Amino acid sequence: MRAVFNIPGGIHPPENKVQSTATAIRSAGIPELLVFPLSQHIGAPAKPIVEVGNKVLKGQMIAEANGFVSVPVHASTSGEVVAIGGHVLPHPSGMSGPCISIKADGKDQWIEHKGVPDYEALDRPALLDIIRNAGIAGMGGAGFPSAVKLNPRPDQPIKTLIINGTECEPYITADDMLMRERAEQILEGVKVLRHILTPTETVIGIEDNKAEALAIMRNAAKGTGIEIVDFPTKYPSGGEKQLITIITGKEVPKGKLPADIGVVVQNLGTATAIYRAVVHGEPLISRITTVTGKAVEQQQNFETLLGSPISHLLTLSKWRQDVAIRLVMGGPMMGFALEDVSIPVVKTTNCILVPNAEELPEPAPEQACIRCGMCAEACPASLLPQQLFWFSQGKELEKLQQHNLADCIECGCCSYVCPSNIPLVQYYRASKAAIRTHDQDLIKSDQSKARFEARQERLEREAEAKEAKRQARAEAAKKAKASAATKPGETTSTTDKDAIIQAAIARTKAKKSEPSTDPVQAAIERAQAKRSGAPTAEETPEAKLVKIEGRLKKAQEKYQQAIEQGSDKLDAFSAGITKLEQQLELAKAAVPDTSEQQVEASTNTDSATDAIARAQAQRAGGAAKDTPEQAITKLKKRLGAAKDKLATAENEDNANIEAFRASVSTLQAKLQKAEQQLTNDNVS
Amino acid sequence: MLEFISQQPLLAALIVLVGLGLVFGAVLGFASVKFATEGDPITDQINALLPQTQCGQCGHPGCRPYAEAITNGEAINRCPPGGESTIAELANLLDVEILPLDAEEGAGEKPKSVAYIREDECIGCTKCIQACPMDAILGAAKHMHTVIVDECTGCDLCVEPCPVDCIDMIALPTTLQTWAWELPSDKSHIIATDVSHGEAA
Repeated sequence: MRAVFNIPGGIHPPENKVQSTATAIRSAGIPELLVFPLSQHIGAPAKPIVEVGNKVLKGQMIAEANGFVSVPVHASTSGEVVAIGGHVLPHPSGMSGPCISIKADGKDQWIEHKGVPDYEALDRPALLDIIRNAGIAGMGGAGFPSAVKLNPRPDQPIKTLIINGTECEPYITADDMLMRERAEQILEGVKVLRHILTPTETVIGIEDNKAEALAIMRNAAKGTGIEIVDFPTKYPSGGEKQLITIITGKEVPKGKLPADIGVVVQNLGTATAIYRAVVHGEPLISRITTVTGKAVEQQQNFETLLGSPISHLLTLSKWRQDVAIRLVMGGPMMGFALEDVSIPVVKTTNCILVPNAEELPEPAPEQACIRCGMCAEACPASLLPQQLFWFSQGKELEKLQQHNLADCIECGCCSYVCPSNIPLVQYYRASKAAIRTHDQDLIKSDQSKARFEARQERLEREAEAKEAKRQARAEAAKKAKASAATKPGETTSTTDKDAIIQAAIARTKAKKSEPSTDPVQAAIERAQAKRSGAPTAEETPEAKLVKIEGRLKKAQEKYQQAIEQGSDKLDAFSAGITKLEQQLELAKAAVPDTSEQQVEASTNTDSATDAIARAQAQRAGGAAKDTPEQAITKLKKRLGAAKDKLATAENEDNANIEAFRASVSTLQAKLQKAEQQLTNDNVS
Repeated sequence: MLEFISQQPLLAALIVLVGLGLVFGAVLGFASVKFATEGDPITDQINALLPQTQCGQCGHPGCRPYAEAITNGEAINRCPPGGESTIAELANLLDVEILPLDAEEGAGEKPKSVAYIREDECIGCTKCIQACPMDAILGAAKHMHTVIVDECTGCDLCVEPCPVDCIDMIALPTTLQTWAWELPSDKSHIIATDVSHGEAA
């Protein structure tokens, strides 16, 4: 007999295991719809390799491993992929995540597969490949990819291989039934593991409350060199670190892995899955799941296809929805409540607990901590739960870390014994999350700081470069000036140039400062733009003619007005008219007769030229300072012309009609303004 | 020598003490030059606690200037992105009282968010790029811009300069990776006999 060791703390809750061990494991059959979450393990979610509408066979890989710490997912029956997308996950958050849904065709047709019965001929990497490709992850609860766990570093020789058959949590009997019915398969799986790890000793640890399973296993293990060890029942003996202490007396140091002290622990179910994968070539597509609790009529274990909805199992075991107060995945100590019966069974689902109100009542209201210390006595990790509770309330993350919150296995012993009904584990879970978030924030803030500083540096560098350039330019200008001063011959030309440049700058500035105050200039520009295509540099004789005609007309009108008003500038006006008449004669002579018709035909060009002429005339008038009366008459005339033009345009359906309209309205506005001005002037 | 001491004890003691003072003064002076600390260690420590969003909500142009201001006596409760936890850490570091967050109305603790540019509406003016203290916005003049979500600290500084208001601050959704258990909310701590009275003591 091997000596076993004790672990600190622990509790003895009611076991409630007999209810579900009365009948043999029953096959749950094939549900209509199966849902496969892409993340049923610790590590990166698997990557889907099928598409909606694809036909899949039983055992076909539907999602491949995505990285080293990841495992693939396989279809557990044949059928058609009907959806790849969000579905409620078996997760305490009740959130949705990526899943592949398969509609079963009922044929349950296997994909071609072949095992390696003489696996001893294969080396470790080949076997690990088989295990990884079979999608095997720890089936005890955490779901850590087995291939990773079975591949310790070469400097970590494995002394002890422990197979975990403890199943210490109340209600759960999946491993118990597995041992009773499939001891051979378990032992074959253990032999495969032994071949992979080559440990000096191989131990299967079983709690002494499973007498029947113990007897069967002992019997089956005779002559295999595999040791069956039983030890007193106590929760949580089945925790990995706790079991190592019980079997070897060694403790896994803080922050280290069991492999660091030469131990590897695997679950019984995992061993069976490894056997099926290696010897028969079957991937992990089914597991034993206990359905128990007082709200189901048939409490028993099911051989369940992974991906089966929980509702399928509940129907099979005749659950009474009216008395079930909640649905728990896992056991009463570490399980979590489910909100939805469509949640699928995954690789880690060892139990569905459906209690009634009497069995698992709502927790009593939390009361104040009385510092009784019972939690500290119950803690299997030798922590100080009351201190951790205190610091959790105060959110003192640093203190929590100093008190080794990270070593808490969240077994729930402290909450179980607390006379004040404090949900201690929930405090620890929240605080663990807070520490994780805080650490991530620190990383992010460091990253941000580095980025910000890099940016500051860059901006500084750019500013410096700019300043340097500016100085270089200033220097060059100075030098140029100096060299110009030394060569007197070129002085005049330089000054001339400078003067021209200065003048140009002044002009531009003037233009810029009052771009809208000079409507004449704007009109000229507009008109010139309109006249695109027409020669701009030299006015055509026709244009000149039209211009002169316009000017002449205006001058005559002005003359008339002057006569009416008795102006003293009559002489000047008449002189102007004579001059214009002469010019007109000259222009007419210059224009060939044929072009006269052209002038009238090309209205667009003419109107543009007209506008220029008018604008220039107006400017000329402006320079000569028109009296307000004259200005008004002019405007009236222009308005009349514009209206005529608009009318013609409307008749001809001209494209520029809008422009005409606009010009009419502007002119009207101008006219009003001018009249206003006049009245004002008269008053004053 | 002995004779001098015995004849002039007062003078001898004075000379010895002054001598000692000079020697130690020289040693200390040398040490202060030789082992001088670069920069301001307290400012660095404060800066390490600040969230480095560079958002300016404290009224300083960035986290380091605020750290310097705290070193010079400014209140520790001006940082909304850091929130209560940062105030607690600063109070712990500086051994001062924890103060409630002092922020403008509506500028209290917000859920973590990142900027999002509605890319159809972006006109490519680059104003947000210049405003971003993290260089977390990518784009060129007259081309659509976009936010590098991983680098965005949610400082809000890009929202205001946008002439077409196409930048939204979107709260980060809870994912399976970021989901966490919450602290138990029922803090009533009633004693069992109070249940029937319906009121907490």
